[in-house]
Amino acid sequence: MTVLSENLSAGLEETGWTRVCAYADLMPERGACALVDGHQVALFRTFDGGLYAIGNRDPFSGAYVLSRGIVGTRGNEPTVASPMHKEVFSLVTGVCLDDPAVSVPTYRIRVAAGTVEVSLA
Amino acid sequence: MTRLVVVGHGPTAYRLIETLVDRGFDGRITVLGEEPRPAYDRVALTSYLTGKTAEDLTYPVPDGITLSLNARVTGIDREAGVVTTADGHAEPYDVLVLATGSSPFVPPVPGKDLDGCFVYRTIDDLDAIREASRGATAGIVIGGGLLGLEAADALRGLGLETHVVEMGGWLMPRQVDEGGGAVLRGHIEALGLGVHTGAGVKEIVAGPEGRVSGLVKPDGETIEAQVVVFSAGVRPRDELARSSGLAVGERGGIVVDDGMRTSDPAIYAIGECVLHDGMVYGLVGPCFTMAEVAADRILGGEGAFARADMSTKLKLLGVEVAQFGAMDGALDVTFMDPVTGVYQKLFVSDDARTLLGGICVGDATPYNSLKPFVGRELPGSPSELLFTGGPANMDLPDDAQVCSCNNVTKGQICSAIADKGLTDVAEIKSCTRAGTACGSCVPMLKQLLIKSGVEVSKALCEHFAYSRAELFDIVRVRGITTFSQLISEHGAGRGCDVCKPTVASILASLGNGHILDGEQAALQDTNDHFLANIQRNGTYSVVPRIPGGEITPDKLIVIGEVARDFGLYTKITGGQRIDLFGARVEQLPLIWKRLVDAGFESGHAYGKALRTVKSCVGSTWCRYGVQDSVGLAVALELRYRGLRSPHKLKSAVSGCARECAEARGKDFGIIATEQGWNLYVGGNGGFTPRHADLFASDLSTDELIRIIDRFLMFYIRTADRLQRTSVWLENQGLDYVKEVILEDSLGICAELEAQMERHVAGYADEWRAVLDDPDRLRRFVSFVNAPGTPDPSIAFEPEREQVKPVLIPLEPVRA
Repeated sequence: MTVLSENLSAGLEETGWTRVCAYADLMPERGACALVDGHQVALFRTFDGGLYAIGNRDPFSGAYVLSRGIVGTRGNEPTVASPMHKEVFSLVTGVCLDDPAVSVPTYRIRVAAGTVEVSLA
Repeated sequence: MTRLVVVGHGPTAYRLIETLVDRGFDGRITVLGEEPRPAYDRVALTSYLTGKTAEDLTYPVPDGITLSLNARVTGIDREAGVVTTADGHAEPYDVLVLATGSSPFVPPVPGKDLDGCFVYRTIDDLDAIREASRGATAGIVIGGGLLGLEAADALRGLGLETHVVEMGGWLMPRQVDEGGGAVLRGHIEALGLGVHTGAGVKEIVAGPEGRVSGLVKPDGETIEAQVVVFSAGVRPRDELARSSGLAVGERGGIVVDDGMRTSDPAIYAIGECVLHDGMVYGLVGPCFTMAEVAADRILGGEGAFARADMSTKLKLLGVEVAQFGAMDGALDVTFMDPVTGVYQKLFVSDDARTLLGGICVGDATPYNSLKPFVGRELPGSPSELLFTGGPANMDLPDDAQVCSCNNVTKGQICSAIADKGLTDVAEIKSCTRAGTACGSCVPMLKQLLIKSGVEVSKALCEHFAYSRAELFDIVRVRGITTFSQLISEHGAGRGCDVCKPTVASILASLGNGHILDGEQAALQDTNDHFLANIQRNGTYSVVPRIPGGEITPDKLIVIGEVARDFGLYTKITGGQRIDLFGARVEQLPLIWKRLVDAGFESGHAYGKALRTVKSCVGSTWCRYGVQDSVGLAVALELRYRGLRSPHKLKSAVSGCARECAEARGKDFGIIATEQGWNLYVGGNGGFTPRHADLFASDLSTDELIRIIDRFLMFYIRTADRLQRTSVWLENQGLDYVKEVILEDSLGICAELEAQMERHVAGYADEWRAVLDDPDRLRRFVSFVNAPGTPDPSIAFEPEREQVKPVLIPLEPVRA
C-alpha cells in the first residue's frame, strides 16, 4: 500500500505509525527490513519512488527473507521474488502471483518529513 | 592377522583389493600376478595402440599390499593352506581368492602357431602385434564379435588392410540378430574392411620364411595377410582350480555360490574364471560386482551376486551397437533405414504391450530411451515408437521423477502442459513447482515443452525479447553500462529475478566495477548482494578462496578460530575449500575482516563465477606425478577469480593420467602429460553428469592459458542464462568451438584474449571493497531501524558437536 505524502501535516494527531528510517536509507529497487512491535516488515522503494511494506516471512520456506529478494515488475504490478525459491509476490496486494492461494500481509507505509513510517494497524 | 592371498592381478583382482583397502581390511594382502606388470585397464586396451602408454592404463597399486609380478601359481595345497609358484615360492594363506581370468580361445586350425599369429589380450600381445605390423600390409582378425571388431579397429589403426573372418552367419552374433548383423556389415565394409561371415578357416599358410602369408577359407579362397589375430572368444582359466580339486563346470569355469565362494569355503573365485548359476561373464561390469561381493564376504558381510544384466551399448569403428533385455520375444518390430544404416528392433510380449528387449545398430537412441521400459508397458505401439521417434517425451517413463526436490514426475509436468496450455518454464514452475528449488531440472522442463510441441521463446523473460547471448552483444557493442539504459532502450517494464541477475552478470563480465556499485547493487540476487550464500533459515555461509586447495597451517588455524568465535558450522566442500555456515548478515563484515586480515579473499561461492580450481598434489610430492598440478591450479584460480559467467565455472588440474583431481568432471579440466598439459572442456557433475571432451593436447603452460582465456570468454559471450559449459558445448558442437578457439575461424580470438586481460587486470577482492566502504557496509544489518539487533527468528541447536538451524515450523501455505 502506497501513501506518498511528504506534505502530511506535522500537527495531525495520528496513532499507530512507527518511524523506521530515512527515505534516503532505502535504495531504489532494493528491500530492507524493519522490526516493528516484534513484527518483521519488509520495506521496498521502487524505481519510480513508490514505497511498499509487506511481511518479511517467506510463507514457502518459513524464513524471514522477502526483504532480500529482487524487486521488479510483472505486467504493471511491482513485485518481489523470494530469494529462497523465487516465488513472486505482489508488493501491492501481498498475493503470490505464482500461487494466488498464498499471500503475505501488507502494511501501510508513508514518508513524513523525509522519514519512512510504517503502521501495523 | 588374516593372510589373504590373491591369485591373479587383472582388473577384477584390482577392484577386489581396492575395495578391501577402502573398507579398512586389516589383514595382510599378498597378490601373485603372472604378468610382468601390475593390473591395467583391459577394457581400454586398444587405446594402447593409439597413444596411451602402459603407465596410463595401469591401475595404482594400493599402499600396504604385497604384489609379486611374474609369479605364476602352479599349485594349491588346500590342507596346508599354501599356494606355490612356478619358481618354487610357497605362500601361506588363510583366505585365498582366485582371479585367474580367462585366456583367448584359439581354434585348432592348422598353422595357428605360425610366426605372425597373435591373440588380443595383454599389453605384451599388443606390443607383438605392433611390431609385426611394421613390415606388413594386411591383417586378419578371426572372430567377428565385440573383441574381434575392436582388434580389427586396432589393425586398421596400424595401417593394415584388414579382414574380419567370422564363423557365424553375421557379425556380433551375441549382441545383434541377422538383420542387425547385415547393417553392421555395411558400416564396416564402408570403412574399407573385408568381412567374411559364415566362413571357417581351413588353414593358415606360411610364406617362404615360415611366417604367416595368408589364410585359406574352406571354399579355397585365400586372403593374403602377414598378421593374424585370434579373437574367437575366451575360456575361463580354471586349470589351477581343477588340479586342486575344486568344483568346475562341465564346459569350464570355477563353480561359485552367490557369495563367490568355491567348493572350498576358504577359497573365493571372481571374474572371468568363474561359473555362477550356469553363466560365465566376460563383461567388466559383472566382474567388478563379483569383486565387491567377495570383498564384502571377506569383511564379514552378506553381499550376494545375482545374475547380471548383459545389456551392452558401445561404439565400434564409429558405429553404435546396443542390445538390451531379451533377444527374442513373442512379437518383434523392426525399423530399418538402409540409407543411413540404422537398424532397430524391439521384442515385445504377445499383446505387443510389454517391452522385452531390443537391438540397435547405427543409432542407439532407443537403448537410452526405451531400456527403462524393459519388463514394463510401452508408452505407445512398438512400431510408432521406432518409426516416429515415439510420442512426446518417451525418453522417460511417466512415473520418472523430473524434479527431485519437489517430487514432480514427468507425467505430472506433461499433463500440466497439455491440460493447462502452459507455454513457458515459468508457468510450469508456478503450476507444478518443478524447477523451483535447485533449478537443475529447468533444462529438462524446456525439453518437455519442446517435445510437447510448444515453441519455446528465446526471450529471456517478459522484459526482454532477446536471449542472453543477444543481450550480451547489445551491451558490449553499444557500450551500455546500466540496467536502466538497457531496459529503457531495449526492454519493457522494470525487470525481474530472471533478467536483473543476468544483466548484472553481463555487466560484470564486461568489467563495470564492483558488483554493488550504484544501480548494479539492485540487480544482484541475495547471494551476490551479501557476497555470501543464503541458507534455508535465512543465514549465510562464507567460503574464503583457497587457490588450488593449498593452505598453510596458519591460515587453517585462522579459519578454525573464526568459525569458533562466531559459532559457525564448518564443512569441507567438494572443491577443496571450507564452508562456514550460520552467519547473520550483520556478522558477515566482521567475519570477512578477520579473514581478510589473515590474507584471505572472497571465494565467490555465491556468484555465477569461477568457483575453484581443484588439484591433486602433483609431481612435487606424488611419485606418479609428471607436472606441478598444484602450481598450475593456483595460477589458474588467481587468473580467473572473480570472472562472472552465465553459470558457475569449476576447474581442476591433475598431475598425471590417474586423474585424482577429477578434472574431466569440470567445465575446464587439465591433465598433465609428459609433454605438457591436455585440456578438457565441457565436463559436469551434478544433475546431468558429463565427461569433458579433449580439446587440445600436450600444450605448454602459455598455450594452455591462451586457449582457456579464449574458451571462457567465448562461452561467456554466447551461452544462455544458467547454461553450463556442458550443455553449451553440446549445442554449439565441439568441432565448431574448436574452429573458433583453435583456428580463430571467426577472427575474434584477439578480442577474446584482450577481454580476459582486462578482467585479470581489473580484479579486486569484493569483500575487501565492502570493508573499505562505509556506504556499502551500512547494508549489512538485519533491521534498518535496529542495526544492532539480530534476527530473532534465527536459532540454532547442537548436532554432532556443531550447530544446526532450528527450523521454523511451516504451516500449510496453500488453501
